[in-house]
Amino acid sequence: MTQLPTSTDRKMGLVIDLDTCVGCHACVISCKGWNTENYGAPLSDQDAYGANPSGTFLNRVHSYEVQPAEGHAQLIHFPKSCLHCEDAPCVTVCPTGASYKRVEDGIVLVNESDCIGCGLCAWSCPYGARELDQAEGVMKKCTLCVDRIYNENLPEVDRVPSCVRTCPAGARHFGDLGDADSDVSKLVAERGGMDLMPEMGTKPVNKYLPPRPKDNVEDQIDILAPLLAPVAEEPKGFLSWLDKTLEKL
Amino acid sequence: MHPAPSVIIFTTLSGLGFGLLFFLSLGLPDVSGWVAFVFFAIAYALAVGGLMASTFHLGHPERAWKAFTQWKTSWLSREGWCAVIALVVMGLYAIGVIFLGQRWSLLGWIGALFSLLTVFTTSMIYTQLKTIPRWNMNLTPAMFLSFSLAGGALLAGQVRVALPLLLIAALVQILYWKKGDKALEESGTNLGTATGLGDRGTVRAFEPPHTGTNYLLREFVHVVGRKHAEKLRIISFALAFVLPVILLLLPFGHLFALLAVLSHLAGVATSRWLFFAQAEHVVGLYYGKR
Repeated sequence: MTQLPTSTDRKMGLVIDLDTCVGCHACVISCKGWNTENYGAPLSDQDAYGANPSGTFLNRVHSYEVQPAEGHAQLIHFPKSCLHCEDAPCVTVCPTGASYKRVEDGIVLVNESDCIGCGLCAWSCPYGARELDQAEGVMKKCTLCVDRIYNENLPEVDRVPSCVRTCPAGARHFGDLGDADSDVSKLVAERGGMDLMPEMGTKPVNKYLPPRPKDNVEDQIDILAPLLAPVAEEPKGFLSWLDKTLEKL
Repeated sequence: MHPAPSVIIFTTLSGLGFGLLFFLSLGLPDVSGWVAFVFFAIAYALAVGGLMASTFHLGHPERAWKAFTQWKTSWLSREGWCAVIALVVMGLYAIGVIFLGQRWSLLGWIGALFSLLTVFTTSMIYTQLKTIPRWNMNLTPAMFLSFSLAGGALLAGQVRVALPLLLIAALVQILYWKKGDKALEESGTNLGTATGLGDRGTVRAFEPPHTGTNYLLREFVHVVGRKHAEKLRIISFALAFVLPVILLLLPFGHLFALLAVLSHLAGVATSRWLFFAQAEHVVGLYYGKR
């Protein structure tokens, strides 16, 4: 049913650290790799080796430049996938009941055999988290690797979403954001985790940790600097005469 | 938003068709037999033709029947129900009018109500989307309803009703454009709130996720056609309202009436194209576009 649950037992989601993310896109690749061959229809590509390639991705990494009023501009890599919103507009707009939010863990999923590919859920998502697969004609979205996190056939260390397992910088964290004592909740509290587009009223479960303030380069004392002072002096003798003569020409 | 032909044809033709059904259900014009048959045939061709067109953009049209299940939350589902109820009720009403010379007015009233509800629910599919500030306004249902009623009156040959309705629709259109042009800015959503980085400085999209395009950009960021938007607004307004009103003020004739209907239809279709092409989805902000 497309009626949202009034509350979910747990709020499983991601915490993404914008301070640590190096923008390597490893999470994008591992997400596509895992999800194209597991849950639901594959993530197709069109014209993959041609002049105009495009394809379905559940996770994409943007890069933004932030220019403060004073000081240096900062480059921030910005991974974005489904935020598994508590008040998910993509679920309530669905005419067929294909989109739903699970009561047990709050994960938003698509039942692909009920999806008519009308695209309205993607229209209602402010984050661009849903993409209509061009080969299959059904809506694809992040499943929070629902086929990994409870999968007892996998070693325990692998029972996290593929993007989290892959991230070499440790910029992605997975856990229950409904439990105030969980590691992810503590991290959010400590670092001032934020919502994207809070004005949309979607109440995203996923949180973003803002970049830490940068050191100010100008204020730093460099102990080697005095030793590197320029040593060039005013030329003397022939070179001085040549310098003056050339100036006059 | 990508101005897909299927949704433009759907909203234009169905709006007109259900508008005509509304007037027929009230006995305007008061016809029977073959004349009534022609009127109902036109109304059904427009309404059903539009609904058929709307299924063209579906990934799986064979499962479209499942769209009737989620009427509790989904405006798209509610629209499906209203359309079917309106068409069935008006079908029964039409049998009475065409073949039995009977006007079952209760059926007519129900049919009128559901014809308007169909247009309203269609408009709510767009109005409900907070992600598209230009659609997320009270003026959107007002525009769909006023267009449908004006077009319906025009098709039903109700000159005295059509004139004021056309003027109202024209006014709503102007207000919609005026308010819509400021909607994205007034929504308060920008790249700063989208990334949560706005309080740190000016945010600029530095590098997109991929060098190529993707579904999101194709579906939500339609920039090409916006270039001629101002000219198209004038053309649309002239065709939808100005020309039909002039033609209606001339001595009534079937030729002028036909020209007025065709002009109005072309104008509304152009306006609908602009409705989609000019709509900015907030996801475009993430790509530094709008």
